[in-house]
Amino acid sequence: MGDFTKFGDFQFDVLREIGNIGAGHAATALSKLIQKEIDMKVPQVKIISFDEVADFVGGAETVVVTVFLRVEGDCPGNMFFILDLESAKHLLEQITGINKDVYEWEELEISALHEIGNILTGSYLSSLADFTRLNLQPSVPALAVDMAGAILSYGLIALGQAGDFALTIDTAFFEGNDQVKGNFFLIPDPESLPILFRSLGVPFDGDY
Amino acid sequence: MEIIKIGMADLGVAKPPSKLRTTGLGSCVGVVLYDHIHKIAGMAHVMLPESSLAKGGELTIGKYADTAIPHLIQLMVKAGAETRHTVAKLAGGAQMFAFLGNNDTMRIGPRNVEACKLALKDAHIKIVAEDTGGNCGRTIELDATNGILQIRTVNQGVKEV
Repeated sequence: MGDFTKFGDFQFDVLREIGNIGAGHAATALSKLIQKEIDMKVPQVKIISFDEVADFVGGAETVVVTVFLRVEGDCPGNMFFILDLESAKHLLEQITGINKDVYEWEELEISALHEIGNILTGSYLSSLADFTRLNLQPSVPALAVDMAGAILSYGLIALGQAGDFALTIDTAFFEGNDQVKGNFFLIPDPESLPILFRSLGVPFDGDY
Repeated sequence: MEIIKIGMADLGVAKPPSKLRTTGLGSCVGVVLYDHIHKIAGMAHVMLPESSLAKGGELTIGKYADTAIPHLIQLMVKAGAETRHTVAKLAGGAQMFAFLGNNDTMRIGPRNVEACKLALKDAHIKIVAEDTGGNCGRTIELDATNGILQIRTVNQGVKEV
């Protein structure tokens, strides 16, 4: 079981780097898809109570488009690719030429967003697997357009059995003039953290 | 009028003219209790069905159906409510990502609803309204003045039960 309370700066740096590598590759993939430059913010690694998780994306009631997948294999966890509605609309327009508001979305639009999320989360995960040499398998990704709180709480259920806090690796990305912005969220299961650190030759507790 | 916010795995009691509110219920279940004689309202934001699922550490009472509901009833009684006048309403317990339903953890919404019903039955409290299941998130607000529960969803607007 991972006890995050003993983490020092060094452990946080390593987790930030994991966010950087994974989200960096995903951002590159997104940039290729829309043929525009995508910038990333420095990943934030936080230990937060469940209530605070939704605050990252603007509050529990904010409606977001989310692709969720379960990471299976050596280092299980949950992964979310989150876009606000305007960004999802712009992204659809830039990739497929479809220009519709969210209430007009039908199967085709939903399916396109699903596929985009699939490509990006897949790219995040495979770069992480290469880097750590761990076996990381994505589940079939699922898409939901709903309240952030309702969606994100889903990813906290497994953690809820172990405690009241989650370790989140959050990387925000944005396109130059802010037409597309969103977040990649990785929430490792607590027991995954020692495995993740071991794979990188990093001690699990204490500051080094 | 005060709106008391109930967070995830949290619970609370209110008297008129206050309201109890919890936001973004997905697979979690919002359990509300109301004693219409003494006008005392209670709300719990239940995340998991059974406290036996807890893996070590401290037990957060509000997180599990089998601990949150008895505790909420206790708080209501302490505030002056009587269980024979108290009724329950349920909202939430959705499957946010429908086709992941084969995995047991992913079926948590329906399991939460079942566990809440069982705990209410054990306490002899009748469920008078229910808006559970489906695949949408819900925000709920209970008015301690009249026991009306307002349920808001993204696609279906607002309804009152």
